[in-house]
Amino acid sequence: MNGITQSTALWYASRATGVVSLLLLTGVVLLGVLVNRQGRLPGLPRFVVTGLHRNLSLLGVAFVAIHVITAVADPYVSIRIVAVVLPFASSYKPLWLGLGAISLDVVLALILTSLARARMSRRFWRSLHWLSYVAWVSALVHSLGSSNDLHSGVLLYLAIACALAVIAAVAWRIAHAGRQLPREERAAATLAMMSPRGGPQPPSTPRDGARRRAPENVR
Amino acid sequence: MTYGTTVPYPSPFPGPQDSRPAGLGPARTGTEPPGADLPRLLPVHGAVPVDLRTHLSRYAAPPYFGHPGKLIPVLKAAGLTGRGGAAFPVHRKLQAVAEARTRPVVIGNGAEGEPASDKDKSLLWISPHLVLDGLQLAAEAVGSEAVALYVHRNARLQERLRAAVAERAAAGVDLAPVEIIDAPPRFLAGEESALASRISGQPAMPRFKPPRVFERGVVGRPTLVHNVETLAHMALIARYGPAWFRAAGTPEEPGSMLCTLHQADGRRDVVETELGTPLRDLLRLEGTQAVLSGGYHGAWVPAADAARMTLSNEDLKTAGAFVGAGVLVALPAGRCGIAETARVARYLALESAGQCGPCFNGLPRIAAALDEVASPRPDPRAVTDMIRWAGLVEGRGACHHPDGTTRFVRSALHVFREEIRNHSDGRCVDPAREPFLPLPADTALDATDWS
Amino acid sequence: MKRELRVDPTACSGHGLCAELLPELVTLDEWGYPIVARGPVPRSLDRHVRRAVTDCPALALKLLPTS
Repeated sequence: MNGITQSTALWYASRATGVVSLLLLTGVVLLGVLVNRQGRLPGLPRFVVTGLHRNLSLLGVAFVAIHVITAVADPYVSIRIVAVVLPFASSYKPLWLGLGAISLDVVLALILTSLARARMSRRFWRSLHWLSYVAWVSALVHSLGSSNDLHSGVLLYLAIACALAVIAAVAWRIAHAGRQLPREERAAATLAMMSPRGGPQPPSTPRDGARRRAPENVR
Repeated sequence: MTYGTTVPYPSPFPGPQDSRPAGLGPARTGTEPPGADLPRLLPVHGAVPVDLRTHLSRYAAPPYFGHPGKLIPVLKAAGLTGRGGAAFPVHRKLQAVAEARTRPVVIGNGAEGEPASDKDKSLLWISPHLVLDGLQLAAEAVGSEAVALYVHRNARLQERLRAAVAERAAAGVDLAPVEIIDAPPRFLAGEESALASRISGQPAMPRFKPPRVFERGVVGRPTLVHNVETLAHMALIARYGPAWFRAAGTPEEPGSMLCTLHQADGRRDVVETELGTPLRDLLRLEGTQAVLSGGYHGAWVPAADAARMTLSNEDLKTAGAFVGAGVLVALPAGRCGIAETARVARYLALESAGQCGPCFNGLPRIAAALDEVASPRPDPRAVTDMIRWAGLVEGRGACHHPDGTTRFVRSALHVFREEIRNHSDGRCVDPAREPFLPLPADTALDATDWS
Repeated sequence: MKRELRVDPTACSGHGLCAELLPELVTLDEWGYPIVARGPVPRSLDRHVRRAVTDCPALALKLLPTS
């Protein structure tokens, strides 16, 4: 293989793995919202949602690693290795790559803290995990700006689909948070649900104040 | 022997004061121990609040030991147990906090969230300086300079306590400055971890244990929490010694305590009495069907059994009850014990902090089932459901609110079983349902104030 | 050191993963909240217990020294 083809191969590899990374990261964010909302993938136990959320994030990091290594190794563009984690340190498209570096930094922090989450305070882990949205937005903008791939064709539709999916998931999450009863009102809400005399008992107190179906039997 | 220094409810604020002078008997130098007679915490005559000058002339300044830890063996010998309801040995708490590696915090607990209890507010109103002495002595014993008094939300009471603290500071009586902190008007506000949360700046909601507050409490520091009556006893034991303290009460349960008595005719008094006093000397049991001991987390005892019992855990626990914070209610014959229990159970359910699934799901259901049982011809499943839910909530909250509520409810199902059978036949001893057990007026279904 | 499994009920919001991952020690009550078996955790379940503790989305499961 001559130099140009080698370079092209690396460049294509970087772009391809970049797209896959974005898709995986989008999937991770959607699954994260699903975990938070206590949702399920139809027919599957709940631990699959959390398990998939974790495993896809690890897979995503693997693809990002290839994406980044091939980009640095590619002699056609000059990207210093330090620019992978240090935002805006690259001479080639510093802004767009900088956003990629930000995304990678945050993802690494999230994964490291999540692997050790049983050892830290719940509040600290949760606060840090909110940055996942920053990581996703950063990754999306990085994808749109670093090359023209996502500007047309199938990849454009894919990018739009990712964006719409995350927006919908976030809207769902915000809507739920808005309906959620403050703690001190929950007992009163349960009491209000009780029929005055006898009658069937409602399922568990809705955590969001709205009526819920009874929890499905897992086994 | 009981000394009835009765303080009529809603004493003594805001109504007119007792006009008799605060005769406190002969002045004592503070070094000679008084006799074993009561009252010890409340003044001899009337409900007139004791000011600093009178307090110092009766008791002299608090007998500081000059060194942390010295008070602890004295309290151990005295056998003082907590007067907030849990009756935990006082010296053990002090020891645990004194051994802490970071500087501790000391809090006097005057929240008194129990609606049927008045003794802490009354003590703070009438003898604040005994409580404040105890607070300083406890702080010295554990080596703390961060001291506060957590007080039931009553503006006049808090104002008076601030003035008392300022007066003591000016007179140089106190070792450490005392902050007066407002307690929200919630049943759980006085729970140790809820107290620690509130004082740390969050809502007064209980926390999961471990860690207990003596390890990590207010802003993460080891925290000593004592009921205000306990502190008042400490102040006297430090002066007069363990033998004096033990001259009242029984060998297993020594000393005196404050009780809030609710008589069958509606009178409500705070009295000081010895442990081991027969219950029939405290409550008029004629015309009474049952006695509630220990407040709304306590238990009902049939009047016939209560007539044979003394104010002691040894006796009361044979009936599944306990002394607690000294709340004793005589339910008149001709009242519906189930309806009264249902009213209180509803209040207890609404007072859930709403943090723990079993509690905010179970307690309202139990209350609704009790409402059902209190109605004519109730659904027979209500009792079995209630018992199942009681089993589901016990021990599964961050605090003992579910456990205390089920204790109260279970005792009612047992003691008032005749009345339940009556209801099945469509009859009730008191269809008019005039409320008897006291509840705060502001219990509402809206968001309540936890901070 | 013997340890027992406990749930912090103030953190638990009834996700129910623990009952799926550790049915030997955890069942769900009629409202979806976990009932955890008392007593020290058997060694044979160590791995599953650690997974349940790590995977709880609310970090409500705790392994504590037996009191």
